Amino acid sequence: MSTTVPIVDYLELGDEPRLVAKSCSSCGALYFDRRNACARCGGTDFDRRPLAGQGKVRTFTIVQRAAPGVKVPYVSAVVDLDGGGSVKSNLVDVEPAPEQVTLGMPVRLVTYSVGTDDQGTEAVAFGFAPA
Amino acid sequence: MAKSSDDVWILGASMTKFGRYPGRDVVDLGSEAALAALSDGDVKIHDMQVMAVGNLAEAGGMVGQRIQKQIGQTGIPVYNVANACATGATAVRTVYMAIKSGEADMGLAVGVEVMGKAGLLGSAGRSKEGPNVYEPSGRYGAVMSPEGILGTGVMPGVFAQAGMEYAYENDGVTFEQFAKVAEKNHAHSVLNPLAQYQKAFSLEEIKAAEMVAYPNTLLMCCPTGDGAAAVVLVSGEKLASLSDEQRKRAVKISASVLTSDPWTERGQVQPDVNTLTRNAADAAYEKAGVSPQDLDLVELHDCFATAELLHYDNLRLCEPGGAGDFIDSGAPRRDGRTPVNVSGGLISKGHPLGATGVANLYEVATHLRGEAGDRQVPEAKVGLTHVIGLGSACAVHILEKAAS
Ligand SMILES: [Zn+2]
Repeated sequence: MSTTVPIVDYLELGDEPRLVAKSCSSCGALYFDRRNACARCGGTDFDRRPLAGQGKVRTFTIVQRAAPGVKVPYVSAVVDLDGGGSVKSNLVDVEPAPEQVTLGMPVRLVTYSVGTDDQGTEAVAFGFAPA
Repeated sequence: MAKSSDDVWILGASMTKFGRYPGRDVVDLGSEAALAALSDGDVKIHDMQVMAVGNLAEAGGMVGQRIQKQIGQTGIPVYNVANACATGATAVRTVYMAIKSGEADMGLAVGVEVMGKAGLLGSAGRSKEGPNVYEPSGRYGAVMSPEGILGTGVMPGVFAQAGMEYAYENDGVTFEQFAKVAEKNHAHSVLNPLAQYQKAFSLEEIKAAEMVAYPNTLLMCCPTGDGAAAVVLVSGEKLASLSDEQRKRAVKISASVLTSDPWTERGQVQPDVNTLTRNAADAAYEKAGVSPQDLDLVELHDCFATAELLHYDNLRLCEPGGAGDFIDSGAPRRDGRTPVNVSGGLISKGHPLGATGVANLYEVATHLRGEAGDRQVPEAKVGLTHVIGLGSACAVHILEKAAS
């Protein structure tokens, strides 16, 4: 039996994979990592907030040179999600060339396998593909 | 000369040539810079009442005390500081605060780094011995290093993305404009004998160099290297008791500001190098009573060509959104309206992390003293230094020539 695990805990797998942020109950600030308190208002209560699977590329780079173990070239981008929240990930299904990526281009969340461990568990990552 | 007694002044300044020093350690380089700064200020280690030393690679290694063992163990308090690429400037500010508080009237700040040929690319950390079993760990519950999968968090890419974000917000900033920044700084370095590299490159060569992280090519990235810099600071009151020659060469620190990141929405996923720089610059201008138009030269943190372009805007050197036009106009060139990085900048002078924030004070002070030789900015009276360390920490200092 094969099982899957998300690459990070803010990626929720299932029929419709989605990103889920921690949202400050007081001010609505969004975080992907574990927080002791809100960095904006100091509140200590957080709610789970699923984010949209569509957004726009706010910025990107094409990484051509990286540490051993990192496959190049790839497109890294920050995506502003529709309805709030920004997230960083790779752009996929796009040629890693400056002419192929446009600032502001609409993208959608996709998931794909990034490896299998010795117990047969498959790790699933997310990226963004042209919408 | 008129001076308020609670001003703090640079009395002595020095830097080693930046470069590669196989066989020399942080103690050798730090001591060389420290002794040279003391000598430049015509004072002795026994005159110092406080010392601060900035170094990153051996931040836990009591570098300050080890330097004291070479230059004089006088029992004064030593602060060893680390603050990413703002480490050296933080050491300066530590001494500045000690003098401002009245605890000391003279102190020594040293910044030093020995990097060898270590790259800035980091490691993916994916190769480890033993069975591979995915276990969520860390604050994101990650089962593997996300570098190269969930984008990049390594410096060349981070600063490339910061530059492209500026391009997104300000239509018209191009690859060519980013490249022009590097062309300028390499050209400037030819006149600086203390620069790690002193070689000019054409715009075409820079654009055609190996791409590291678009839009930054290899010639648009700072090198790694070794080096040290030091300054002796003195209170206004103490300075008044020193010789004419010492007073004439003293440079006033009109503002010393250190900031960290205030909360910003996107700063949670991608370092925001802009807001804390703007905050530091605005506070420094206000404290010094100086406007960006008054600046005769600026040494800013051009770790990558994209970064320098952003900081034209963050430091208010250009119209809002006008950084691309600013470089096109030639304003930041040595003979332009606001010369930026006449030392060659980090891109060509080099960037031994802990030394950088002290070395840019040395550079500006040297121009204000009229002692910068071939690269001298004529009639320089006011200058600004800026460093930013990711994480983040930003330091801005405004320096002014002594009114004779
Ligand atoms: Zn909050």
